[in-house]
Amino acid sequence: MNTLSVRALLVRGMLAGLAAGVAALLVAYFLGESRVDAAIALEEHAAGGHHDHGGGEEELVSRALQATGGLATGVLVFGVAIGGIAAIAFCVALGRIGRFGPRATAAFVALGGLIAVYVVPFLKYPANPPAVGDGDTIGKRTALFFLLVLLSVLLAVGAVLLGRRLAPRLGNWNATVAAGAAFLLAVTLAYVFLPSYNEVGPDFPGQLLWQFRLATLAVQAVLWTVFGLVFGALAERLLTPESARPRPAETVAA
Amino acid sequence: MAQSVAPADAGIPAITPLSLKAIAPWAVFIGLLALVLLYFVGAEQGATALVSGEGIHEWVHDGRHLLGFPCH
Repeated sequence: MNTLSVRALLVRGMLAGLAAGVAALLVAYFLGESRVDAAIALEEHAAGGHHDHGGGEEELVSRALQATGGLATGVLVFGVAIGGIAAIAFCVALGRIGRFGPRATAAFVALGGLIAVYVVPFLKYPANPPAVGDGDTIGKRTALFFLLVLLSVLLAVGAVLLGRRLAPRLGNWNATVAAGAAFLLAVTLAYVFLPSYNEVGPDFPGQLLWQFRLATLAVQAVLWTVFGLVFGALAERLLTPESARPRPAETVAA
Repeated sequence: MAQSVAPADAGIPAITPLSLKAIAPWAVFIGLLALVLLYFVGAEQGATALVSGEGIHEWVHDGRHLLGFPCH
């Protein structure tokens, strides 16, 4: 296949990412925003808080805008970017990770993306609501978070390559299990050796923290799931010749 | 030996992989674009800043929190 279908796949990846972003935006708005507001209310109650989010003297962006236009910008742009990157991964994975069609390959890429890009970093450095986090350590925390995302993605790619290597000797199933175990072991080592931090104050309500973190996980899970399903359908349509597609309508209508 | 042969009638025709040479230029182009976008959504005016001020940070503030990035 030629470079044209690569371009067509990447365009579809970004469109599917946009659709996924819309779904994730709904979850973020309805599940997450109330938790963000609750955290900001706590922050403002804390006497002399040094953060200027929300009702500071000069408010650059109002809370109403942050929760709608701002949130939408962030989530939709994230969706498009992730869609583009995941579509690249799909192009490489298609036909190289086993006998899977476009839809199944897209589903595997989306699942792998959710785990490698979000779940693995999240378990070590979980998301924090406003009012949690010392402004002085933002540099270190950002660096560690992105480092773990990068490391996790590289380890996941390494695990897939390892699985392909082992497949002729162990068979597909056992090779996949072995590669998965190697990935888990490597991630565990990374967890052990990377520094931890916890900047949740002793007074911050556990319930709110838990609900906020679950909401972020829901946002990501919905984003990757919708991406996998939509992109899988678009890729299948693009790559499967018309004649080879099953026609459920014909069997009924004829 | 080895090579657990999938039955020929497995239902899914074997798919020819896209050549890496065809993927590479698009991967670089779209990959870089996506990374720039992710940087502006996830980190700009947080740990590092290319544009001065707080406007970008404040605008994507809620998205940054709810997507799981360290925000402030």
